[in-house]
Amino acid sequence: MTKEKDPAFVKYRRIVKRFGNVIAVDDVDIDIPEGSLVSLLGPSGCGKTTLLRMLAGLETPTEGDIFINGKRINDVPIHKRNLGMIFQNYALFPHKTIFDNVAFGLKYRGVSKEEMQERVYKALELVRLPGVENRKPSQLSGGQQQRIALARAIVIEPDVLLMDEPLSALDENLREAMRRELNNLQQEIGVTTIFVTHDQREALSMSDKVIVLKDGIKQQEGTPAEVYNHSANHFVADFLGHPNFLPVIVGEEQDDHMVVQLENGKTFLATPSTQFKRGEKAEIVVRAQKLKMAPRAEFHEDEGMNYLFGKVKDRSYMGGEVSYYVELEDMSTLHIISFVRRIPLERNDEVFIKLNPADCRLIKV
Amino acid sequence: MKKLISGWSLIKSYTLLVYIWMFAPIVAVVLLSFNPQQFGSFPMKGFSFRWYGELLHNPSILGAFKNSLILGSLTAILATSIAVPAALAFVRYEFRGKDFLNTLLIAPIMIPEVVLGVALLLFLRWLQQPKSFMLLLLGHIVLTLPYVMLVVQARMVGIKKEYEEAALSLGASPFQTFRSVTFPLLSPAIFAGMLFSFTISFDDVTATLFWATASQQTVPVKIFGMLRNSISPEINALGTIMIILTISLPLTAGYFIRKFARES
Ligand SMILES: Nc1ncnc2c1ncn2[C@@H]1O[C@H](COP(=O)(O)OP(=O)(O)O)[C@@H](O)[C@H]1O
Ligand SMILES: [Mg+2]
Repeated sequence: MTKEKDPAFVKYRRIVKRFGNVIAVDDVDIDIPEGSLVSLLGPSGCGKTTLLRMLAGLETPTEGDIFINGKRINDVPIHKRNLGMIFQNYALFPHKTIFDNVAFGLKYRGVSKEEMQERVYKALELVRLPGVENRKPSQLSGGQQQRIALARAIVIEPDVLLMDEPLSALDENLREAMRRELNNLQQEIGVTTIFVTHDQREALSMSDKVIVLKDGIKQQEGTPAEVYNHSANHFVADFLGHPNFLPVIVGEEQDDHMVVQLENGKTFLATPSTQFKRGEKAEIVVRAQKLKMAPRAEFHEDEGMNYLFGKVKDRSYMGGEVSYYVELEDMSTLHIISFVRRIPLERNDEVFIKLNPADCRLIKV
Repeated sequence: MKKLISGWSLIKSYTLLVYIWMFAPIVAVVLLSFNPQQFGSFPMKGFSFRWYGELLHNPSILGAFKNSLILGSLTAILATSIAVPAALAFVRYEFRGKDFLNTLLIAPIMIPEVVLGVALLLFLRWLQQPKSFMLLLLGHIVLTLPYVMLVVQARMVGIKKEYEEAALSLGASPFQTFRSVTFPLLSPAIFAGMLFSFTISFDDVTATLFWATASQQTVPVKIFGMLRNSISPEINALGTIMIILTISLPLTAGYFIRKFARES
């Protein structure tokens, strides 16, 4: 009889971590499929690092169990776990050459001298830094040190690769390149990877799965598209970038839409959901990029669309896009990101805003 | 009208006088140690290593030198062996009474040496033990431990925990991690601490006067004793050697600390 393979290679089960009175991680379950890249995403202090360090064995869970490949590892000491860890500041050993840094983990794995050399050189090639083996870490740039840290972690063929904000110490343009490189490398060697970040763009662009955390509690998990397009709550929608929230009272379902009432009494259409009862308070969430805006003079009504009216209060160019803040008639503000128009909108221009009901999702308040 | 003496030149000459007042005696000692005559006076009549030669043939001084070297070396080794694990514990681990213990180890810096000297002697009396080399050694460890602790702890704080965590995650056991990462990173501070400790031990008079016996004398105590009889030019030579040692060792230690600070 063949045993059914557990799809989760790494499993956190009901993990709680307390530091004195601080609850850093609160009853978290995580499943990480073999070979995938999973991001832990959330603001500073939400418990990402703590979750990672518990898997690494640098912290012990207060409650709950952690499994790797079906084996409970709570009591396995860190140096017996076979994990590759990449630290925010690389933590290359400053007194050792690059060769000795990369070879460090192999020394404790009974690898012969020839094999060690071969594997170190292969790892250096994999991170595209051959020929630096005799230098000291201080003789390399930040980006190069980052790659050596990566080489040192993957040369031991770890079961899981753990990265704690590995890109945050790099400058902006290098970060983007390094992000793609990390992504490609992870795909190439297929190592199960946990990636900690507070940068939603990093998480969305790299991950197979994103886990959003707040105050030690898991808010949502899903593919980047799921968490972005179907954010589970206000926090997630807000954290993933440029949302607008409109408070509403839920009405009833009509055709393919949910009819809701804005605070000013106006009727709006939103995407249908079975989770809301008539009369319930809720919020419409709509991304700034999904709003269409034009001068009020050009207003014409299309069937089945939502409209709002207001005045441009502020705008700023962001390269190919413009970010507008529009004050609505009820004095609330909408954030709109659109491509640069042929005739740009100016401050104090009267505008109308079109919202497609398909982009107006209801979330609980 | 031209001012004859400006305020600035007054300050300069005053400073010069202070320096002369501070260093002239030391310079005199060094110079006179090369004076061939028994009763030194300036200008010197010639230059010789006569008194250094006499030192070499004075068994009691050689004995004191040997005592000082052995005592200094043992003090340095033992104080450092205590300081390293202590610093590791204080910096890396949380435990109850940590601050109190740390203060206790540093405290001898603030206690007058006379008090320390008497206290240890009374303690020995209470134990009904005779004065011995062990007493000297114990005393000197107490005297120098705070300095070694400060140097090693400061360095330990500077060694990021991530280095050790990286080593552990790569498969090194805690002991292997200490041996291949923590210790090498700490070693300049350990070395500097040993040099400081040796120098302080080698140079100490006040407390050592209470602890030394006739047969267990250190160089400074010996000099102190010789001065009571007469001022022999040998003392100048001995003093010069002491000056060289006690200046060069801390400088070496400082060099290592700075060199290391640059590297990491
Ligand atoms: N060693 C520790 N001692 C006490 N509190 C800690 C410790 N490590 C983390 N915390 C606390 O736990 C919470 C989560 O921290 P952390 O996991 O580092 O968050 P993140 O990595 O998401 O920024 C924070 O409130 C932090 O202050
Ligand atoms: Mg963190």
